Amino acid sequence: MALARGTVEVAAGSVPREAGALSLALGNRGVLWGGMLLVAMALIAAIGPYFTVDATALNPIQRLKPPSAEVWFGSDFLGRDVFARVVSGARISLVVGVAVAVISVAIGLLLGMVAGYLRAFDAPIMRVMDGLMSIPGILLAIALVSLSGATLMTVIVAIVVPEIPRVVRLVRSVVLTVREEPYVEAAIAAGTRPYLVMSRHILPNTIAPLIVQATYICGSAMLLEAILGFLGAGIPPEIPSWGNIMSEGRTYFQISPWIIFCPGIALALTVLAVNVMGDGLRDTLDPRIARKM
Amino acid sequence: MSAPVLDIRGLSVSLPKGADRPLAVEDVSFSVDAGELVCVVGESGSGKSVTAFTVMGLNPPRALRAVAGEVLLQGVDVLKQSTPAMRRLRGEKMAMIFQEPMTALNPVMKVGEQIGEMLEIHTGLGPAKRRARVLEAMRDVNLPEPASLYHSYPHQLSGGQRQRIMIAMALTLEPALLIADEPTTALDVTTQAQILALIKDIQRRHGMAVLFITHDFGVVAEIADRVAVMCNGRVVEQGPADRILTRPEDPYTQMLMAAVPSLTPPARLQPKPAPPALEVKGLNKIYGSSGWFGRGRRQVHAAQDVDLTVHPGETLGVVGESGSGKSTVARCVVRLVDPTSGTILIGGQDVARLNERRLRPRRRDIQIVFQDPYRSLNPRRTVGQSIIEGPMNFGMGAAKALANARELMEVVGLLPEALDRFPHQFSGGQRQRICIARALAMEPKVLIADEAVSALDVSVQAQVLDLLADVRARFDLAMLFITHDLRVAAQICDRIMVMRYGQVVEQGLTRDVFGNPHHDYTRALLDAAPGREMSFASAS
Repeated sequence: MALARGTVEVAAGSVPREAGALSLALGNRGVLWGGMLLVAMALIAAIGPYFTVDATALNPIQRLKPPSAEVWFGSDFLGRDVFARVVSGARISLVVGVAVAVISVAIGLLLGMVAGYLRAFDAPIMRVMDGLMSIPGILLAIALVSLSGATLMTVIVAIVVPEIPRVVRLVRSVVLTVREEPYVEAAIAAGTRPYLVMSRHILPNTIAPLIVQATYICGSAMLLEAILGFLGAGIPPEIPSWGNIMSEGRTYFQISPWIIFCPGIALALTVLAVNVMGDGLRDTLDPRIARKM
Repeated sequence: MSAPVLDIRGLSVSLPKGADRPLAVEDVSFSVDAGELVCVVGESGSGKSVTAFTVMGLNPPRALRAVAGEVLLQGVDVLKQSTPAMRRLRGEKMAMIFQEPMTALNPVMKVGEQIGEMLEIHTGLGPAKRRARVLEAMRDVNLPEPASLYHSYPHQLSGGQRQRIMIAMALTLEPALLIADEPTTALDVTTQAQILALIKDIQRRHGMAVLFITHDFGVVAEIADRVAVMCNGRVVEQGPADRILTRPEDPYTQMLMAAVPSLTPPARLQPKPAPPALEVKGLNKIYGSSGWFGRGRRQVHAAQDVDLTVHPGETLGVVGESGSGKSTVARCVVRLVDPTSGTILIGGQDVARLNERRLRPRRRDIQIVFQDPYRSLNPRRTVGQSIIEGPMNFGMGAAKALANARELMEVVGLLPEALDRFPHQFSGGQRQRICIARALAMEPKVLIADEAVSALDVSVQAQVLDLLADVRARFDLAMLFITHDLRVAAQICDRIMVMRYGQVVEQGLTRDVFGNPHHDYTRALLDAAPGREMSFASAS
């Protein structure tokens, strides 16, 4: 339609797309607030433990104290300072969230590109992904952790595996759409080698949706890690993670609910910040996806 | 004479800030009488659709606001109506049909019910009476077996039938004004002829006023009583159709008319005898996949025993409607899809069966220009990067490739500075020039133009056609020109090949095919070409 074409031209002419994707993204309120909250969290996780008391120090006299001026978030059944434990638990959560996002996006990107571009690999890869997706993520993660014993590394791997199929499907769908674009066909007709077609013409189109997807994965990985910890299948209990703290506090919930609420609120805030930032990024990076959703 | 049904007086519509001009439509005045068909014609961005949408009150309210003038529909100013009042006007007093009937119909609702919905909303008729009225409306637009089509879903109908459903829907409430926004642009030429005849017929029978938006002067010649020509939001000229088409006064209209390709092929030079650059023998392409779970799907024979030969310096036109297999042939020849069987000889060597690695060195001999200039260039790479990619694949150094690209920019009529810019900074016609330059950078023997001018405005189209003819002569290219537009084919092709359902039905010199068609289908195509009897004013 003439009208639509006219407006597209106008938009493209007035706002060059290359100019300032970062400043454009920071102009979005979700990105700004979510990002600020996350930066604050990361700072707390990075330097917080140096300023609090030892998160693992036992203090039997101070057991199950409610929040007060000395112990801000109260203390648990061994008299450990909950505030210190929540602060150092932030490290685990953020490391797990970021690591899972990065690793699963990297693996998923590779598999998705191969599945989308090389037709021979499409069916095998996608059927394996379908198989992975048919197992509930939490079950798969518990199974993987119990196979190899719980360490930070195995927990990350256990969460990465169920996240990969989502990335693969996303990348594959982008590749399948973009490879039909005339400019990709023109490149093929000009004798461009497949790896160059992929890296030059197809890969850049996957970046924006992948960044958005990565934020969602980051959020859900932090939740999953907490769930694993809460079920006792996650990070070993001697390391304070938000899931572990909540798990240990479960027994004392009726007399000292702060043991569960404080890490719970921290977790909720962090995941909320990640998701709000993801929504904002989606709106600014790829308005087409935003409209489709 | 009674008052006009639609009277637009001094209408101005604003564009959002940051657009290329402040007003989408500026001081537009024209009227449509009962029983009259007025064509608003203009190129893309001329404001013709905005005008129509303003009359219907369908513009996005914040982006496009009417800032001056009035739009009188039977004496009522639609710009001053409240939203509920507008809703009543739409449908009862005026109705609209759109370009793409597939997207204008709800895909999950039976077409009969969609027509009936109009009656349900605007009248108090019971279900039985509604159904009777719907069937009557469907008969009115010459749909076969309305009773059985009533229960069809849109995807089960052909494009022409869907457009008839749209028209039936618009007509059920017998509106005084029908607005048609490019209603035949998405249709094949034979279907287009039927729909145009239908609109004209209904308009006469119901004495309706019709406002018809189009960019196609053939269509204008076919149906218009009066014409308003729009350019950059202004009406530059209006008057009776005959006068505008044959004796235009405004320079812009004159330019447009001169750009309309004639259906009469010009005299052509015989190309020098030379061995064929491209020879295709017995080409077949059958679509139909086999995945792990995808066996037994319906197969489509998209190209059936296609033979063709193109000599250097010659243009072979492949003409056909959608689904005729013309693009499949082009894509097989470029090896973007693998042919099922047959041989494709480029410079005497068969490339039909080569695997990708063996094929790659041969790819530079055959290049393609696509239809959609907005999708043919990678938006993230500069024009220069896009152009030198091909030569560099074949081992040319970046500096040499860039120097060549600079020369090619001049060949295609662009400044060398264009190389450093991104595609979105160019218009459609300019982008198509860039695509031609990119193809030429490979120094091909064969150039395939797959509907390369179909998405362009008529004035730009003429320029790109000239450019294609020019580069063909200059580089002695063999050109395969795929098009659905007979006017374009008549102007640029030495020989024509007509395809239908994957088969070649007729092949011959352009003037023979146009002057003395042998096959019934060719004759039907030529008869359906809109405005075939009109000779447009040429440049004087």
